Amino acid sequence: MASRESDWEGVRLHVVSGKGGTGKTTVAAALALALAGQGNRTLLVEVEARQGIAQLFDVPPLPYEERKVAVGPGGGDVFALAVDPEGALLEYLDMFYRLGRAGRGLRRLGAIDFATTIAPGMRDVLLTGKVYEAARRKKDGRPVYDAVVLDAPPTGRIARFLGVNAEVAGLAKVGPIRSQADSIMGLLSSPQTAVHLVTLLEEMPVQETCDAVEELTAAGLPVGGVIVNAVRAPLLKQADLTAAAKGKLDRDLVAAGLEAAGVAIRPGVVDALLAEGKDHAARVALEKSGRRTLKGLGLPTYELPLLAEGVDLGGLYALAEQLCRQGAA
Amino acid sequence: MSPAAPRLDLDKAIGDPNTRIVVCCGSGGVGKTTTAAALAVRAAEAGRTVVVLTIDPARRLAQSMGLTALDNTPRVVTGIDTSAGGQLHAMMLDMKRTFDEVVLDHAAPGRAKAILENPFYQSLSSSFAGTQEYMAMEKLGQLRAQGTWDLIIVDTPPSRSALDFLDAPQRLGSFLDGRFIRILMGPARQGSRAYLKALGAGFGAFTGMLTKILGAQVLKDMQTFVAALDTMFGGFRERAETTYRLLQAPGTAFVVVAAPERDALREASYFVERLGEERMPLAGLVLNRVHTSAAPALSAERALVGAETLDESGEHTVAAGLLRLHADLMRLHTREQHLRGRFTAAHPKVPVVDVPAQPGDVHDLAGLRAIGAALAGQIQPSRPDKRKGPPARAG
Ligand SMILES: Nc1ncnc2c1ncn2[C@@H]1O[C@H](COP(=O)(O)OP(=O)(O)OP(=O)(O)O)[C@@H](O)[C@H]1O
Ligand SMILES: Nc1ncnc2c1ncn2[C@@H]1O[C@H](COP(=O)(O)OP(=O)(O)OP(=O)(O)O)[C@@H](O)[C@H]1O
Ligand SMILES: [Mg+2]
Ligand SMILES: [Mg+2]
Repeated sequence: MASRESDWEGVRLHVVSGKGGTGKTTVAAALALALAGQGNRTLLVEVEARQGIAQLFDVPPLPYEERKVAVGPGGGDVFALAVDPEGALLEYLDMFYRLGRAGRGLRRLGAIDFATTIAPGMRDVLLTGKVYEAARRKKDGRPVYDAVVLDAPPTGRIARFLGVNAEVAGLAKVGPIRSQADSIMGLLSSPQTAVHLVTLLEEMPVQETCDAVEELTAAGLPVGGVIVNAVRAPLLKQADLTAAAKGKLDRDLVAAGLEAAGVAIRPGVVDALLAEGKDHAARVALEKSGRRTLKGLGLPTYELPLLAEGVDLGGLYALAEQLCRQGAA
Repeated sequence: MSPAAPRLDLDKAIGDPNTRIVVCCGSGGVGKTTTAAALAVRAAEAGRTVVVLTIDPARRLAQSMGLTALDNTPRVVTGIDTSAGGQLHAMMLDMKRTFDEVVLDHAAPGRAKAILENPFYQSLSSSFAGTQEYMAMEKLGQLRAQGTWDLIIVDTPPSRSALDFLDAPQRLGSFLDGRFIRILMGPARQGSRAYLKALGAGFGAFTGMLTKILGAQVLKDMQTFVAALDTMFGGFRERAETTYRLLQAPGTAFVVVAAPERDALREASYFVERLGEERMPLAGLVLNRVHTSAAPALSAERALVGAETLDESGEHTVAAGLLRLHADLMRLHTREQHLRGRFTAAHPKVPVVDVPAQPGDVHDLAGLRAIGAALAGQIQPSRPDKRKGPPARAG
């Protein structure tokens, strides 16, 4: 695969956040593929119980178990894991207390529900704990995964999600929990972690990206790159865009062009196309100001194209290729 | 195309004096807040005395409605045309404050303070998944009881699934009143012994683990919280149920909002079906942000062929660009109509109204009026917005 050296050498945990619906799951999957590169093994993790990965790779719903879902463009392997808090909790209980059937009894009582949805912070402790375990897991002295990519909660919750172990560390002053929380925070705030932010060139996502950078920085969490998703190339030249924005495209020239194109000119068609051109120019202008704002963040920035036919497996590889080429992997 | 769905007439819904509550729901980011605010402005300018309860509105929209002070009470919105005799109040939900109010109103005086100061309560009231839904329902009940307004329009919290709005309050209510929390209070309590026995080591392990993960202090806070809450047991679930019944009353109208995207329409389908099961009154579906062209007769294919012809000649680059733009727009339009058709085929009786995508975000009263007119079916969608990126904006 055509690629330059990665901007993220040394990063082992890639956290992908962004405003809801901007393409976090898509970008995380593409990044996992890109990082699988030549012969690497990557793990793509989701934590929101939505089976987004299974849908994307068109495989049956993932159990709480690591499964191979794809082969990287250069031959590496992409594994996937859907962590759910309940599974993580039962695993935890089983590991430390050898809890078999009693675990199910707890569920009937509402205890599992309580622990995973109600006890504030508990859920995130369990989820980040599992991610940490996977990132640190070793076999024969070598890490099992060369990189772990986390399809993370959206920007509004990311700092809190990643920072939950600092809170725990604050509560428990000593003991095994304290040292576990410290190790997780150690990884999450180290240069081995990068929190990437996915955005669209729209007002709200750009604003949320800036807010997230500020929050993450304040929390001492390592901000990675900005991935601008679903970018469309302008279909008019700059000068024409300027004219279109002012409603000053040459109407007669456009009419002549349509005629030359063999498009039957019905009443209203020229004006309709001119109006569409004007809206396009307005959008390009908004995108431009969005780009400028993002540039002000001073972070490595990558752009992924809008896939006209939606995202399928082929599209994911195309996005992965772009990420490699631009140095994101 | 599938048979045309009946057109949703929202002017009729908000103009009907028997309509007392309008609930705008739908999955994340589809335009619930915008729709709620636009309907509120329109109803007030048509002469009704309206209050709109918004939840997490975008900053600029909040400013334009004068929602700068977060005091959890409705404020008059200025700039509304009151010549028809109406009035608009708006508020932003402050979920922690609403929770505090519930505690203050219902806990025994000595206990209220202990609850409010309890660290476990403090995180529960500001971060529990579902608290926002519960408190939105709670606030709706309060506004209704106050009796100042003849129309209450409610926005719903940003959540992945629209169903959360209906389910979360009862979940929280039954949790707070439920047996697990009672057991947590300790084995001394009647009835819990049997459970503990059945669970044997399990429960001890569980509390042990809670202690380990959360710290002994947190568990202690939790127990104190539950003890202090004792006076309110039963109250939470009951209150949630009362509001739930209010939503089933004939004066309520649910407006389901969706974007013309697969995920959003699937959520809308679930929600519509659920409303049917619960016998909750559905007004119809608002399909928000649809794309249309003023030249629908020119197909994407013909436009593209034309653009290629021009490319070959190397002339008329502007016309070629415009033809490509048009082709993109028509493709998007076709995809959206296809999704719309699927929904209406599955729910042929649900009235639908289309709201065109605006060229930019909606963040002032003028923008809300434009959306309001579209909601009333008064605008023929003609201003296409090509600004939006990927086809879905869930979450
Ligand atoms: N580059 C792209 N081109 C075309 N469609 C895209 C692109 N990126 C994402 N999409 C589409 O946009 C939608 C949202 O993407 P995705 O599910 O990855 O977002 P998300 O941020 O994970 O959403 P959520 O917040 O709901 O988890 C999906 O339908 C996806 O197929
Ligand atoms: N018809 C429209 N045309 C253009 N932009 C729109 C339209 N409707 C809503 N928007 C914009 O889309 C964004 C999301 O809308 P809104 O906040 O109303 O959605 P929501 O469903 O309340 O989201 P959440 O689930 O996050 O609460 C806002 O920036 C709003 O201005
Ligand atoms: Mg996702
Ligand atoms: Mg909203």
